[in-house]
Amino acid sequence: MGMTTADSQFHVLAVDDSLIDRKLIERLLKTSSYQVTTVDSGSKALEFLGLNENNRNTPNETSVSPEIHQEVEVNLVITDYCMPGMTGYDLLKKIKESSSLKNIPVVIMSSENIPSRISRCMEEGAEEFFLKPVRLSDVNKLKPHLMRTKCCKNIQNQENQENNQSPEIQLQTAQSNNNNKRKAMDEGISPDRTRPRYNGFTLVSN
Amino acid sequence: MEIVGQLQKQYVDFINSLFREGYLDDQYVQLQKLQDDSNPEFVVEVVSIFFEDSEKLLNDLASSIQQQVVDFKKVDGYVHQFKGSSSSVGAQRVKNACVAFRNFCEEKNLDGCSRFLNLVKQEFYLVKNKLETLLRLEQQILQAGGTVPLIE
Repeated sequence: MGMTTADSQFHVLAVDDSLIDRKLIERLLKTSSYQVTTVDSGSKALEFLGLNENNRNTPNETSVSPEIHQEVEVNLVITDYCMPGMTGYDLLKKIKESSSLKNIPVVIMSSENIPSRISRCMEEGAEEFFLKPVRLSDVNKLKPHLMRTKCCKNIQNQENQENNQSPEIQLQTAQSNNNNKRKAMDEGISPDRTRPRYNGFTLVSN
Repeated sequence: MEIVGQLQKQYVDFINSLFREGYLDDQYVQLQKLQDDSNPEFVVEVVSIFFEDSEKLLNDLASSIQQQVVDFKKVDGYVHQFKGSSSSVGAQRVKNACVAFRNFCEEKNLDGCSRFLNLVKQEFYLVKNKLETLLRLEQQILQAGGTVPLIE
Protein backbone atom coordinates (compact mmCIF):
# COMPACT_ATOMS: atom_id res chain seq x y z
CA MET A 1 0.00 0.00 0.00
CA GLY A 2 1.14 3.51 -0.64
CA MET A 3 3.47 4.69 -3.28
CA THR A 4 6.99 3.56 -3.68
CA THR A 5 9.64 4.95 -5.90
CA ALA A 6 8.78 2.93 -8.96
CA ASP A 7 12.38 2.64 -10.05
CA SER A 8 13.56 0.67 -7.08
CA GLN A 9 11.00 -2.10 -6.85
CA PHE A 10 8.81 -4.08 -9.16
CA HIS A 11 5.18 -4.27 -8.20
CA VAL A 12 3.29 -7.47 -8.88
CA LEU A 13 -0.46 -7.88 -8.71
CA ALA A 14 -1.43 -11.43 -7.75
CA VAL A 15 -4.95 -12.69 -8.37
CA ASP A 16 -6.32 -15.88 -6.81
CA ASP A 17 -9.60 -16.82 -5.18
CA SER A 18 -7.85 -19.26 -2.83
CA LEU A 19 -6.57 -17.70 0.38
CA ILE A 20 -3.86 -20.31 0.77
CA ASP A 21 -2.59 -19.73 -2.73
CA ARG A 22 -2.66 -15.97 -2.22
CA LYS A 23 -0.54 -16.38 0.90
CA LEU A 24 1.82 -18.64 -0.96
CA ILE A 25 2.29 -16.47 -4.02
CA GLU A 26 2.66 -13.40 -1.85
CA ARG A 27 5.44 -15.03 0.11
CA LEU A 28 7.14 -16.32 -3.03
CA LEU A 29 7.07 -12.88 -4.59
CA LYS A 30 8.20 -11.06 -1.46
CA THR A 31 11.06 -13.51 -1.06
CA SER A 32 12.14 -12.36 -4.50
CA SER A 33 11.96 -8.75 -3.32
CA TYR A 34 8.91 -7.73 -5.27
CA GLN A 35 6.27 -5.46 -3.91
CA VAL A 36 3.02 -7.42 -3.88
CA THR A 37 -0.68 -6.69 -3.92
CA THR A 38 -3.09 -9.61 -3.77
CA VAL A 39 -6.75 -9.61 -4.75
CA ASP A 40 -9.24 -12.43 -4.78
CA SER A 41 -10.98 -11.86 -8.10
CA GLY A 42 -10.51 -10.72 -11.67
CA SER A 43 -12.91 -7.83 -11.25
CA LYS A 44 -11.00 -6.56 -8.23
CA ALA A 45 -7.82 -6.87 -10.25
CA LEU A 46 -9.28 -4.69 -13.00
CA GLU A 47 -10.42 -2.16 -10.42
CA PHE A 48 -6.95 -2.04 -8.96
CA LEU A 49 -5.49 -1.57 -12.41
CA GLY A 50 -7.74 1.42 -12.88
CA LEU A 51 -10.04 -0.20 -15.38
CA ASN A 52 -13.76 -0.69 -15.06
CA GLU A 53 -15.61 -3.52 -16.79
CA ASN A 54 -16.00 -1.54 -20.00
CA ASN A 55 -12.29 -1.38 -20.62
CA ARG A 56 -12.17 2.36 -20.22
CA ASN A 57 -9.57 4.11 -18.21
CA THR A 58 -11.25 5.19 -15.01
CA PRO A 59 -9.57 8.58 -14.63
CA ASN A 60 -11.47 9.78 -17.69
CA GLU A 61 -14.80 8.37 -16.66
CA THR A 62 -17.06 9.81 -14.04
CA SER A 63 -20.30 7.95 -13.52
CA VAL A 64 -19.43 4.31 -13.20
CA SER A 65 -15.80 4.38 -12.31
CA PRO A 66 -14.72 3.16 -8.90
CA GLU A 67 -13.19 5.49 -6.36
CA ILE A 68 -9.79 3.96 -6.77
CA HIS A 69 -7.60 5.88 -9.15
CA GLN A 70 -4.56 3.78 -9.60
CA GLU A 71 -1.45 5.71 -8.72
CA VAL A 72 0.77 2.74 -8.11
CA GLU A 73 2.28 1.21 -11.17
CA VAL A 74 1.79 -2.51 -11.71
CA ASN A 75 4.64 -4.20 -13.50
CA LEU A 76 3.23 -7.68 -13.78
CA VAL A 77 -0.02 -9.52 -13.18
CA ILE A 78 0.03 -13.14 -12.06
CA THR A 79 -3.35 -14.79 -11.98
CA ASP A 80 -4.98 -18.12 -11.26
CA TYR A 81 -6.85 -19.58 -14.21
CA CYS A 82 -9.83 -21.16 -12.46
CA MET A 83 -11.76 -18.52 -10.59
CA PRO A 84 -15.50 -18.02 -10.18
CA GLY A 85 -16.93 -15.21 -12.27
CA MET A 86 -14.06 -13.86 -14.29
CA THR A 87 -11.48 -16.52 -15.06
CA GLY A 88 -7.78 -15.79 -15.36
CA TYR A 89 -8.17 -16.13 -19.08
CA ASP A 90 -10.94 -13.52 -19.14
CA LEU A 91 -8.74 -11.21 -17.10
CA LEU A 92 -5.83 -11.77 -19.46
CA LYS A 93 -8.04 -10.87 -22.41
CA LYS A 94 -9.32 -7.70 -20.81
CA ILE A 95 -5.82 -6.58 -19.97
CA LYS A 96 -4.53 -7.24 -23.48
CA GLU A 97 -7.53 -5.47 -25.01
CA SER A 98 -6.90 -2.36 -22.99
CA SER A 99 -4.74 0.25 -24.63
CA SER A 100 -3.46 1.41 -21.28
CA LEU A 101 -2.75 -2.01 -19.83
CA LYS A 102 -1.78 -4.21 -22.76
CA ASN A 103 1.92 -3.86 -22.08
CA ILE A 104 1.69 -5.31 -18.62
CA PRO A 105 3.03 -8.86 -18.70
CA VAL A 106 0.52 -11.44 -17.52
CA VAL A 107 1.34 -14.85 -16.12
CA ILE A 108 -1.24 -17.60 -15.65
CA MET A 109 -1.21 -20.22 -12.88
CA SER A 110 -3.24 -23.39 -12.98
CA SER A 111 -3.50 -26.61 -11.02
CA GLU A 112 -4.41 -28.45 -14.19
CA ASN A 113 -2.04 -29.36 -16.96
CA ILE A 114 -4.27 -29.00 -20.00
CA PRO A 115 -2.29 -28.34 -23.19
CA SER A 116 -5.16 -26.63 -25.02
CA ARG A 117 -5.65 -24.34 -22.05
CA ILE A 118 -1.98 -23.49 -21.99
CA SER A 119 -1.76 -22.70 -25.68
CA ARG A 120 -4.94 -20.63 -25.55
CA CYS A 121 -3.42 -18.50 -22.84
CA MET A 122 -0.09 -18.13 -24.60
CA GLU A 123 -1.88 -17.14 -27.80
CA GLU A 124 -3.81 -14.51 -25.94
CA GLY A 125 -0.54 -12.99 -24.81
CA ALA A 126 0.38 -14.63 -21.52
CA GLU A 127 4.11 -14.57 -20.88
CA GLU A 128 4.28 -17.74 -18.86
CA PHE A 129 2.04 -20.51 -17.64
CA PHE A 130 2.89 -21.96 -14.24
CA LEU A 131 1.55 -25.23 -12.91
CA LYS A 132 0.51 -25.12 -9.30
CA PRO A 133 1.84 -25.36 -6.73
CA VAL A 134 4.06 -22.52 -7.86
CA ARG A 135 7.65 -22.64 -6.70
CA LEU A 136 10.53 -20.27 -6.28
CA SER A 137 12.07 -21.57 -9.52
CA ASP A 138 8.92 -20.41 -11.35
CA VAL A 139 9.01 -16.98 -9.75
CA ASN A 140 12.63 -16.64 -10.85
CA LYS A 141 11.37 -16.75 -14.43
CA LEU A 142 9.49 -13.50 -13.97
CA LYS A 143 12.51 -11.22 -13.84
CA PRO A 144 13.21 -10.94 -17.59
CA HIS A 145 9.57 -10.03 -18.31
CA LEU A 146 9.67 -7.35 -15.65
CA MET A 147 12.99 -5.95 -16.82
CA ARG A 148 11.82 -5.68 -20.40
CA THR A 149 8.67 -3.75 -19.74
CA LYS A 150 10.15 -1.50 -17.11
CA CYS A 151 12.41 0.23 -19.57
CA CYS A 152 9.72 0.54 -22.25
CA LYS A 153 7.15 1.80 -19.79
CA ASN A 154 9.23 4.81 -18.82
CA ILE A 155 9.35 5.94 -22.41
CA GLN A 156 5.72 5.13 -23.13
CA ASN A 157 4.65 7.27 -20.17
CA GLN A 158 6.36 10.24 -21.74
CA GLU A 159 4.63 9.63 -25.04
CA ASN A 160 1.23 9.23 -23.43
CA GLN A 161 1.59 12.65 -21.95
CA GLU A 162 2.32 14.11 -25.37
CA ASN A 163 -0.77 13.07 -27.27
CA ASN A 164 -3.51 10.67 -26.28
CA GLN A 165 -5.95 10.94 -29.14
CA SER A 166 -3.89 10.95 -32.26
CA PRO A 167 -5.78 9.93 -35.38
CA GLU A 168 -2.62 8.37 -36.68
CA ILE A 169 -2.01 4.88 -35.54
CA GLN A 170 1.53 3.74 -35.13
CA LEU A 171 3.00 0.65 -33.61
CA GLN A 172 5.91 1.38 -31.38
CA THR A 173 8.98 -0.68 -31.98
CA ALA A 174 9.17 -1.24 -28.24
CA GLN A 175 6.45 -3.76 -28.84
CA SER A 176 8.49 -5.71 -31.32
CA ASN A 177 10.03 -7.83 -28.59
CA ASN A 178 6.61 -8.54 -27.15
CA ASN A 179 5.22 -9.42 -30.57
CA ASN A 180 7.45 -12.45 -30.74
CA LYS A 181 5.40 -14.01 -28.01
CA ARG A 182 2.01 -12.66 -28.93
CA LYS A 183 1.23 -14.39 -32.15
CA ALA A 184 -2.10 -12.92 -33.12
CA MET A 185 -2.20 -9.82 -31.01
CA ASP A 186 -0.56 -6.74 -32.38
CA GLU A 187 -0.25 -7.77 -35.98
CA GLY A 188 -3.36 -6.00 -37.18
CA ILE A 189 -4.04 -2.39 -36.37
CA SER A 190 -7.39 -1.93 -34.76
CA PRO A 191 -9.12 1.42 -34.88
CA ASP A 192 -10.00 1.04 -31.19
CA ARG A 193 -6.42 1.04 -30.19
CA THR A 194 -5.08 4.43 -30.90
CA ARG A 195 -1.55 4.87 -29.88
CA PRO A 196 0.34 8.01 -29.17
CA ARG A 197 2.12 9.50 -32.12
CA TYR A 198 5.64 8.30 -32.38
CA ASN A 199 7.76 11.38 -31.89
CA GLY A 200 10.98 9.90 -32.99
CA PHE A 201 12.26 8.82 -29.60
CA THR A 202 14.95 6.29 -29.95
CA LEU A 203 13.83 3.27 -28.03
CA VAL A 204 16.38 1.09 -26.45
CA SER A 205 14.77 -2.23 -25.68
CA ASN A 206 16.37 -5.33 -24.28
CA MET B 1 21.96 -29.67 24.24
CA GLU B 2 21.07 -33.31 24.85
CA ILE B 3 17.38 -32.51 24.82
CA VAL B 4 17.65 -30.58 21.60
CA GLY B 5 19.49 -33.45 19.95
CA GLN B 6 16.82 -35.91 21.00
CA LEU B 7 14.01 -33.69 19.85
CA GLN B 8 15.69 -33.07 16.54
CA LYS B 9 16.12 -36.78 15.96
CA GLN B 10 12.50 -37.37 16.83
CA TYR B 11 11.52 -34.65 14.40
CA VAL B 12 13.66 -35.98 11.56
CA ASP B 13 12.39 -39.53 12.04
CA PHE B 14 8.82 -38.37 12.16
CA ILE B 15 8.88 -36.10 9.15
CA ASN B 16 10.73 -38.70 7.12
CA SER B 17 8.04 -41.22 7.92
CA LEU B 18 5.42 -38.74 6.75
CA PHE B 19 7.21 -38.40 3.42
CA ARG B 20 7.71 -42.13 3.15
CA GLU B 21 4.07 -42.90 3.84
CA GLY B 22 2.92 -40.23 1.43
CA TYR B 23 1.16 -37.99 3.92
CA LEU B 24 3.35 -35.10 2.88
CA ASP B 25 5.19 -34.39 -0.32
CA ASP B 26 7.87 -32.00 -1.42
CA GLN B 27 5.52 -29.01 -1.39
CA TYR B 28 5.70 -29.06 2.41
CA VAL B 29 9.46 -28.65 2.15
CA GLN B 30 8.89 -25.72 -0.21
CA LEU B 31 6.72 -24.10 2.46
CA GLN B 32 9.45 -24.55 5.03
CA LYS B 33 11.96 -22.95 2.70
CA LEU B 34 9.77 -19.88 2.46
CA GLN B 35 9.88 -19.46 6.22
CA ASP B 36 12.65 -17.32 7.61
CA ASP B 37 13.41 -14.92 10.43
CA SER B 38 11.28 -12.22 8.85
CA ASN B 39 8.37 -14.68 8.55
CA PRO B 40 8.92 -17.21 11.34
CA GLU B 41 5.29 -18.28 11.44
CA PHE B 42 4.69 -18.80 7.76
CA VAL B 43 4.17 -22.56 7.83
CA VAL B 44 1.91 -22.42 10.87
CA GLU B 45 -0.15 -19.69 9.21
CA VAL B 46 -0.60 -21.56 5.97
CA VAL B 47 -1.36 -24.85 7.71
CA SER B 48 -3.90 -23.13 9.96
CA ILE B 49 -5.67 -21.66 6.98
CA PHE B 50 -5.66 -25.11 5.42
CA PHE B 51 -7.28 -26.62 8.50
CA GLU B 52 -9.98 -23.97 8.61
CA ASP B 53 -10.68 -24.00 4.90
CA SER B 54 -10.88 -27.77 4.86
CA GLU B 55 -13.40 -28.00 7.69
CA LYS B 56 -15.61 -25.63 5.79
CA LEU B 57 -15.17 -27.50 2.53
CA LEU B 58 -16.00 -30.80 4.19
CA ASN B 59 -19.21 -29.30 5.55
CA ASP B 60 -20.11 -27.87 2.17
CA LEU B 61 -19.39 -31.21 0.54
CA ALA B 62 -21.50 -33.10 3.05
CA SER B 63 -24.50 -30.85 2.57
CA SER B 64 -24.19 -30.76 -1.22
CA ILE B 65 -24.18 -34.56 -1.36
CA GLN B 66 -27.17 -34.78 0.94
CA GLN B 67 -29.40 -32.69 -1.32
CA GLN B 68 -32.51 -34.22 -2.87
CA VAL B 69 -31.10 -33.46 -6.26
CA VAL B 70 -27.34 -33.48 -6.17
CA ASP B 71 -25.60 -30.81 -8.18
CA PHE B 72 -22.49 -32.72 -9.24
CA LYS B 73 -20.89 -29.65 -10.76
CA LYS B 74 -21.10 -27.93 -7.42
CA VAL B 75 -19.68 -30.95 -5.64
CA ASP B 76 -16.87 -31.09 -8.16
CA GLY B 77 -16.19 -27.42 -7.57
CA TYR B 78 -15.66 -28.03 -3.87
CA VAL B 79 -13.45 -31.04 -4.52
CA HIS B 80 -11.42 -29.00 -6.99
CA GLN B 81 -10.87 -26.38 -4.29
CA PHE B 82 -9.90 -29.01 -1.78
CA LYS B 83 -7.53 -30.60 -4.24
CA GLY B 84 -5.92 -27.21 -4.79
CA SER B 85 -5.46 -26.32 -1.17
CA SER B 86 -4.17 -29.75 -0.15
CA SER B 87 -1.75 -29.65 -3.06
CA SER B 88 -0.53 -26.22 -1.98
CA VAL B 89 0.40 -27.41 1.50
CA GLY B 90 1.82 -30.74 0.42
CA ALA B 91 -0.97 -32.93 1.83
CA GLN B 92 -0.45 -35.59 -0.80
CA ARG B 93 -2.88 -38.27 0.31
CA VAL B 94 -5.69 -35.78 0.64
CA LYS B 95 -4.90 -34.46 -2.81
CA ASN B 96 -4.88 -37.93 -4.33
CA ALA B 97 -8.20 -38.76 -2.70
CA CYS B 98 -9.62 -35.58 -4.21
CA VAL B 99 -8.40 -36.53 -7.67
CA ALA B 100 -10.21 -39.86 -7.43
CA PHE B 101 -13.27 -38.16 -5.96
CA ARG B 102 -13.53 -35.91 -9.00
CA ASN B 103 -13.86 -38.90 -11.27
CA PHE B 104 -17.05 -39.89 -9.45
CA CYS B 105 -18.33 -36.35 -9.79
CA GLU B 106 -17.78 -36.50 -13.51
CA GLU B 107 -19.62 -39.82 -13.68
CA LYS B 108 -22.38 -38.40 -11.49
CA ASN B 109 -21.90 -41.43 -9.31
CA LEU B 110 -23.53 -40.58 -5.99
CA ASP B 111 -22.42 -43.71 -4.23
CA GLY B 112 -18.84 -43.18 -5.30
CA CYS B 113 -19.00 -39.55 -4.22
CA SER B 114 -20.33 -40.55 -0.85
CA ARG B 115 -17.59 -43.08 -0.31
CA PHE B 116 -14.87 -40.75 -1.42
CA LEU B 117 -16.13 -37.93 0.71
CA ASN B 118 -15.59 -40.23 3.64
CA LEU B 119 -12.14 -41.12 2.39
CA VAL B 120 -11.14 -37.50 1.87
CA LYS B 121 -12.43 -36.67 5.33
CA GLN B 122 -10.45 -39.52 6.81
CA GLU B 123 -7.26 -38.55 5.05
CA PHE B 124 -7.70 -34.95 6.07
CA TYR B 125 -8.04 -35.74 9.76
CA LEU B 126 -5.08 -38.07 9.57
CA VAL B 127 -2.80 -35.46 8.03
CA LYS B 128 -4.15 -32.81 10.37
CA ASN B 129 -3.14 -34.94 13.28
CA LYS B 130 0.31 -35.58 11.82
CA LEU B 131 0.89 -31.92 11.06
CA GLU B 132 -0.15 -30.87 14.54
CA THR B 133 2.32 -33.32 15.98
CA LEU B 134 5.03 -32.12 13.62
CA LEU B 135 4.48 -28.47 14.40
CA ARG B 136 4.39 -29.23 18.11
CA LEU B 137 7.79 -30.94 17.82
CA GLU B 138 9.13 -27.88 16.01
CA GLN B 139 7.91 -25.66 18.82
CA GLN B 140 9.57 -27.87 21.39
CA ILE B 141 12.88 -27.75 19.53
CA LEU B 142 12.74 -23.98 19.28
CA GLN B 143 11.80 -23.61 22.91
CA ALA B 144 14.73 -25.80 23.89
CA GLY B 145 16.96 -23.38 22.01
CA GLY B 146 17.58 -25.51 18.95
CA THR B 147 16.90 -25.08 15.26
CA VAL B 148 14.53 -27.18 13.19
CA PRO B 149 16.38 -29.42 10.74
CA LEU B 150 15.41 -28.87 7.12
CA ILE B 151 14.86 -32.07 5.23
CA GLU B 152 15.57 -31.99 1.51
